[in-house]
Amino acid sequence: MPKDFLKGANDEYDVIVIGSGLAGMTSANILGRAGYSVLLLEQHYKLGGMATWFKRPGGHIFDVSLHGFPYGMIKSCRRYWSPEIAAAIVPLKNIRFDNPMFSLTTTYNRDDFTRLLTDRFDVAPATVKAFFDTARGMNFYDDQAMTTGQLFEQFFPGRQDVVRLLMEPIVYANGSTLEDPAITYGIVFSNFMSKGVYTFEGGTDRLIQMMEAELLANQVDVRIKCDVEKINLRQGRVASVTVNGRTIKARSVISNANLRATIFRLLGEEQLDRQFVDQAREVRLNNSSTQVYMALKPGETVDESTGDLLFSSTAREFRTDLLLNRDVTSRTYSFYYPRTRPDGRERTLLVSSTNAHFQDWSDLSDEEYQASKADLIETTLDAVETYVPNIRRRLAHVEASTPRTFRHYTQHVAGASFGTKFEGLAISRGLPEQVKGLYHAGSVGIIMSGWLGAINYGVIVANDVDSMLMAAATSAPASS
Amino acid sequence: MTPDEIREEILDILENIAPDEDLGDLDDGVAFVDQLELDSMDFLDIVMELRKRHRVQIPEEDYTELASMASTVAYLTPLMKDLQKA
Repeated sequence: MPKDFLKGANDEYDVIVIGSGLAGMTSANILGRAGYSVLLLEQHYKLGGMATWFKRPGGHIFDVSLHGFPYGMIKSCRRYWSPEIAAAIVPLKNIRFDNPMFSLTTTYNRDDFTRLLTDRFDVAPATVKAFFDTARGMNFYDDQAMTTGQLFEQFFPGRQDVVRLLMEPIVYANGSTLEDPAITYGIVFSNFMSKGVYTFEGGTDRLIQMMEAELLANQVDVRIKCDVEKINLRQGRVASVTVNGRTIKARSVISNANLRATIFRLLGEEQLDRQFVDQAREVRLNNSSTQVYMALKPGETVDESTGDLLFSSTAREFRTDLLLNRDVTSRTYSFYYPRTRPDGRERTLLVSSTNAHFQDWSDLSDEEYQASKADLIETTLDAVETYVPNIRRRLAHVEASTPRTFRHYTQHVAGASFGTKFEGLAISRGLPEQVKGLYHAGSVGIIMSGWLGAINYGVIVANDVDSMLMAAATSAPASS
Repeated sequence: MTPDEIREEILDILENIAPDEDLGDLDDGVAFVDQLELDSMDFLDIVMELRKRHRVQIPEEDYTELASMASTVAYLTPLMKDLQKA
């Protein structure tokens, strides 16, 4: 008989959270801590969503998305998780760029960027200051008419090199393009510039383990391998979810599934206002990624001056569409030195990431797909050679993931690794007006993407749910 | 609660949210963001804390009322006047 992953689960909860990405886990933790009964359902066999890792024989642990979040993560983890989790967040000091236009290493904060822009790129100090102040003054409710490209043109006309320096890391961090609203760039860029780039000491596995312990301490009922099939309504209100053959009632449901999957797969458009459905259909997904994971043999090391994050490109000019092109010219390398896991085995690992279109990989035959993957690995190793000489001889393990891999593990529509474009935010926020008690928390609109964006969006939605449940409790007799 | 008691309560919440800030010199008439390092998540924390402690509901469209100490106290006074200080 198959194992019952819902064994002992109640028939009813105050809150059911679908999906254990960082947003879903954070919502669950806050609401559990506030005293609500919470059920967290994850379709995969481990928690974390895109905040994930995998192990390979020989003591190699690969992180998929660990590198590089802003300082704000410390505050958010301290408040909504635990002081212990916050204490493990440490800075990454060597952010490196190498492309035909320039080659440099920076601590990636406002002071150092001001120095670089004025001394090295010869931009007037007043212009640099005005640009930083403008970016920092942006709010998500501001006018969206201006694009990021226009913002750059206003301050640095004709300066492709400056645009490259300012834009490349943000493209890596959240998949944004020059055509996206300038506010999405300004907010994320300012978050990083305030104090630089951070990572989690101990690796993704340790973070998720600590978060799971915290969820359990806050009485959240955590269940893996529970794939929700349907969100059920009664009289326009959320009533229950269907999962692993059971129907479990809930006063509210938070979906941390991909926004489009939530609306079109879990809910069904017939439940919603026609206009809302049309708008939801128009929401553009963000791109997916390819990654190549490389583990060096035990004892093989790389000097840390090689960089923690290295934005490398052989493209002479900077165009965001080139970053998504299958003829890869740009790669971002994350170097995971032994200090990533101070208590673990001494290993050096390297992950090469490139943004990619799902459709470039989805239609390949199995044979073509395997050949493309092998080609991705070989061309990446060729490119890495510049930074890690003799990489092939020093390698213990190498493998690749594609947009199809991301879709397989996360069930995100088209393997989207950064949720949806900006318009997704309004749909995500508008869902509770369509269906009482139903909320969405997850990567939408770039600002709410990345590890910090996802956690903070989980907080915002937990606040909405708490408010709704408390209002319901005061206006009607409590249900329990 | 009286306006003075509400002000004390907000100060107490702020102390938890921004433990590194010196709140002794706070100018009630000046926006929080112009004198403290607060971001939008910090304001959300004030809202959540008020709901937790006093069951006061502040709708999202009213968040701008929390710009300064003076505007916050003025906004909360009618909502909290019937509450007893804990």
